[in-house]
Amino acid sequence: MVVSLRPITASDVAPRLGERVLLTGASGMLGRETVFALLRAGYDVRAFQRGDAGIAELLPESVTDRFSQVRGSVNDAAVLSQALDGVDGVIHMAAKVSVVGDWADYERVNIEGTRAVLDAARGAGIRKFLNTSSPSVAHTGSAIEGEGNPPASPEHARGNYARSKAAAEQLALSYDSADFWVGVLRPHLVWGPGDTQLVERVLERAAAGRLPLLNNGTALIDTLYIDNAADAFVRGYQRLEQIHGTPLVVTNGQPRTVAEILAGMCTACGVPAPSRSLPARLAVGLGLALERIWSLRGTDEIPPMTSFLAEQLSTSHWFDQSLTQQLLDWTPAVSLEEGYTQLGIFYGDRFSR
Amino acid sequence: MIKKLTPHPSDWPGVNPQWSHTLAIPSTASVEAEGSVRTWHYLDNLAALKSAGKEPVGTVLCVHGNPTWSYLWRSVVAAASEGEQPWRVVAVDQLEMGFSERTGLARSLADRITDLGDFTAALGLDSTDLPLVTLAHDWGGLISLGWALGHRDILSGIMLTNTAVFHDSAERIPVALQAALSPTLHSWATRGSTAFIDVTLGLAQAPGGLPAQVKKTYKLPYTTAEHRTGVRNFVADIPATEAAPSYRPMLRVAEGIKELDVPALMLWGTKDPVFQRRYMADVATRLPQADIHRFENASHLVAEDEDIATPILEWLGQHFIRQQTARSLHVQAREQLNPAGDDYRPMIAEVEARAKDTSLAVVDMDAAGDGTSVARQLTWQQLDAEVTRIAAGLHKLGVQRGDRVNLLVTPGIDLTALMYACLKLGAVIVVADTGLGLKGMTRALKGARPTWLIGIPTALAAARSLGWPGTRIAATALKPAVARALGVVGSVADFETPSTFELTYPQPDADAAILYTSGSTGPAKGVVYTHRQLAAMRDAIAGTYDLAAGNGLVAGFAPFALLGPALGATSVTPTMDVTKPKTLTASALASAAAAIDATTVFVSPAAIMNVIATAGDLNTQQREALGKVGTVLSAGAPITSALLAQLQDIVPAAALHTPYGMTEALPTTDVSFETIQQAEADAADGMLGAGGGVCVGSPVFGARVQIAPLLADGSASAEVTEEPGVTGEILVSAPHVKDRYDTLWVTEGVSTSTPGWHRTGDVGHFDAVGRLWVEGRLAHVLVTSQGVLTPVALEQAAELVPGVRRAAAVAVGQTGAASPVIVAEVGPRFEGKKTRAGRAPVELTRRVRQAVLEQTGVEVSAVLMVAEHPTDVRHNSKIDRPVLATWSRKVLAGKKARVGKGVIAW
Repeated sequence: MVVSLRPITASDVAPRLGERVLLTGASGMLGRETVFALLRAGYDVRAFQRGDAGIAELLPESVTDRFSQVRGSVNDAAVLSQALDGVDGVIHMAAKVSVVGDWADYERVNIEGTRAVLDAARGAGIRKFLNTSSPSVAHTGSAIEGEGNPPASPEHARGNYARSKAAAEQLALSYDSADFWVGVLRPHLVWGPGDTQLVERVLERAAAGRLPLLNNGTALIDTLYIDNAADAFVRGYQRLEQIHGTPLVVTNGQPRTVAEILAGMCTACGVPAPSRSLPARLAVGLGLALERIWSLRGTDEIPPMTSFLAEQLSTSHWFDQSLTQQLLDWTPAVSLEEGYTQLGIFYGDRFSR
Repeated sequence: MIKKLTPHPSDWPGVNPQWSHTLAIPSTASVEAEGSVRTWHYLDNLAALKSAGKEPVGTVLCVHGNPTWSYLWRSVVAAASEGEQPWRVVAVDQLEMGFSERTGLARSLADRITDLGDFTAALGLDSTDLPLVTLAHDWGGLISLGWALGHRDILSGIMLTNTAVFHDSAERIPVALQAALSPTLHSWATRGSTAFIDVTLGLAQAPGGLPAQVKKTYKLPYTTAEHRTGVRNFVADIPATEAAPSYRPMLRVAEGIKELDVPALMLWGTKDPVFQRRYMADVATRLPQADIHRFENASHLVAEDEDIATPILEWLGQHFIRQQTARSLHVQAREQLNPAGDDYRPMIAEVEARAKDTSLAVVDMDAAGDGTSVARQLTWQQLDAEVTRIAAGLHKLGVQRGDRVNLLVTPGIDLTALMYACLKLGAVIVVADTGLGLKGMTRALKGARPTWLIGIPTALAAARSLGWPGTRIAATALKPAVARALGVVGSVADFETPSTFELTYPQPDADAAILYTSGSTGPAKGVVYTHRQLAAMRDAIAGTYDLAAGNGLVAGFAPFALLGPALGATSVTPTMDVTKPKTLTASALASAAAAIDATTVFVSPAAIMNVIATAGDLNTQQREALGKVGTVLSAGAPITSALLAQLQDIVPAAALHTPYGMTEALPTTDVSFETIQQAEADAADGMLGAGGGVCVGSPVFGARVQIAPLLADGSASAEVTEEPGVTGEILVSAPHVKDRYDTLWVTEGVSTSTPGWHRTGDVGHFDAVGRLWVEGRLAHVLVTSQGVLTPVALEQAAELVPGVRRAAAVAVGQTGAASPVIVAEVGPRFEGKKTRAGRAPVELTRRVRQAVLEQTGVEVSAVLMVAEHPTDVRHNSKIDRPVLATWSRKVLAGKKARVGKGVIAW
């Protein structure tokens, strides 16, 4: 079931602006919440993804006529041109996000897909384009401490996902011009209620007592609560004139130790916080072994521990948000602590039973 | 034929290829055949300056040593080329070295001096109206000075980095050089291999050594044995003995430079195993006008270890462009702010004036017992006689006015008498207290290089084994065998009372004492006081606390022990282990007070806790004695109101004062417990500027304080203000502020960059009624994404949380984008478990974050905990925040790291 944390109600929708935004990849948590945030801000929204985003049924009647959906692949030019008909701007989120899979798939979806959307949008005379990227496009896996927004580097980015996103970001920025603004946001570790990727895996495994800390969970990391992420994308779209050409990492601006973040999520949901610790090197090794086994089994599933995850959980990565907040003229509205509380309200005793 | 070297300057990191030049020059050195012409390589930025449309204001002639070459000076060439008033810098490669010609001849010192003359003549440097200043390193020092003596008409100044101009053949050659000089090793090390070059480059202090490309560049001209012949011959020419051919030329230069009266600058890396501090001291005696800066973290390649270009250009600017030194500006402004009155009274005057007074002057409590009985006491008459006896004895041993005398004697009558004897004699007292730790003392003493060392047996033994400088004199009577073993030339106990011993007072502005900072932000610094300034310190104390003759003073805190006799107060030293101020008991303190009917007590902050803890042992008589105390002074570290309240119960009639100050300005402000309570109430009421630090009250008698506001990058502005609520660096001006730092020219320049004032390196602000609030050290300011933060307010907030004994606020991440972190000291056990240094438990983290947010509006990203903070030895109060910051950064990056414990790394 698709659930929005902030189900949209008629009363909090701004008057119609008469501007339509195409959002690709609306079936993910961030895509869906950004659609809601755009509607709330007064935009018309067209969602574009392979399946049904499940959004229409969550909308109050007063806004149903402002939402539409086109289903298809970004690599399909005909459907794409149909999706772009009557659109004023694009937020491109569609991507292959995983830690496994062949490079060819990443290249097709993340690089060629982005190229297709860029070409189609520019060809359609659209002037506003906001691309979704990731902080991992500029990093090699070493500690990140209060860094700004270094350029993407496909040569150095680690793993197929980061590498393809880095190339896609470079590609997108190469389209940026005075009459085709291309902005890039790099949200970092988005989480929130209903998040199957991170939150629910953490809670499930912590409840089962199978979530160790790595190196005692001392690494300082940044995360981004989902509502803030969605708001940042609306803001990014509105501020394209200011941000185009400059990739911006987006976080809550509240670095915390891994242990504290996990404890915050767990405690809010009545699950004991992880307390056992493994050496990070052991976990990285375990991840590498599991990845090999999984790849031999030829499955698309993600192993329970990956070397990437082990590194993420034991290496600092937090960012300087000053430029982001200045250019977006925005600060996150929901603190981490409020976010934990929302998890507790959302999940109730689902994981603590 | 040796392969000719071709310079490819575009491959040399840090060098503009336009600087590299080659020139054929007729050679007149005696080693050369008549009419020979040699090819020289050198760096010269003149053409580059001209092509940028710039005219130089003068020339710097740089002379390298062995085995470096002109590449050594690239940072100076680069920096000198910048700015509105650039300098031409000519950095030569000496023949046989760098990219200059290999002649196959063995050049001596005299040849090299002639060579340099050939070079400057050919370049047209020998006639100029603009200033010409030399800059040299290693054996280049001797060569450049030899050249200077032959070119005095055009020489404007000299600059030296680690070098030597004279080696006393009676002294040992530095061990590091002995290896290279050994006949069997030497040819292999210098010519047969690159060992000598590798070892020299390996002296660079940067973690991991010199960058690979830089190291490679240094070695470019020395890839074959043939190209290294000059390296070998250079070492072979070192005049280690009087028989060496270059001994006499060396002597001629070493003696000759005593006549040079041009400005001189010496920049010295004190970790150099070859050109050690003894050579620095030797050069300094030959060039008494020299401005000296010791880089305590640099070694032989000081040009690689430190930014020498900035101080060099600053110094050149002061002497040859602005024609006004920072020192002269400072001294002028200081005199205007604090005009010297005609009421100067030497420190010794009070003791001399009371030469017939038979009342008690000084008392020692029994160090062997429990501290309740008197061990020794002198009347004023006896004290005067003792001071005279010691002064005469020292004089007879050869101690001269201006000589530095290191006193390593336990506080008490002996130390007091020695100090006043030195003051009477005009010898300069060097006080490197045990609070610096042995390593710190060694460093301090080697820096100050006292001529004499007077010590108790343990100190004499330490001096001998640790190589502390100074001719040794025993403070106490020694058996002849022991005296021989310790190598002393005399004993204070043997000094005889002279029939007459008349001396004029030392000049008021002559050096009187060197005290040491506690080294919480780097190596301890020597602070020089003149006689006038010491007298002003006495007057500041007297004027602030209304202390006059007739008072009784308990000297429980070393710096002020010196002042009792000068103030005319009777003073008593209580029993305590001076190396551990925490050992003072309430009973020892009370007995000392009772012995002289004390009115005033000086006590170290570290001792207060123990005095409170042992107050239960006091008997009625002791309580009565403490009940008569009118003033308690505690300086050195802030004390909480809670502790002061407990102390008040023990000394019910006393006004409690916690003056704020530093070794450079003792004291700066004063505050009473009453004022602190008022200030805290004002802070709660929201008075402008009240709160956000430790209230230290108002400037003491004679002192003025102002604030240099903090800028967005965490540095302090050049502008100053007295406006309430504005945070910035605290500046103080007073007659009793230091004269200068000892041989730390760069540090001195920073501290007096507002002429007339001492920049304290502390940050704070005034409140609406003019009280000063201290917020921490400038070096510990946190430049975070939440703005520029000072540590103390954050720490005070964190310390409100139960379980947090003491807190340190540090920043992790890059300056400007850093994130604030609290490191909590929780003791050896926390919540029933042994404290493991690292991440604090989630609940403690939450509470600390909450408290800091509520009190200061700052959100900390993480809270770490340790059993005990690393602190200074002297006060156990100055937390080594840089060590904690480095540790925090590693831990929060997810790495393993060990936090240093107990002693601050120097």
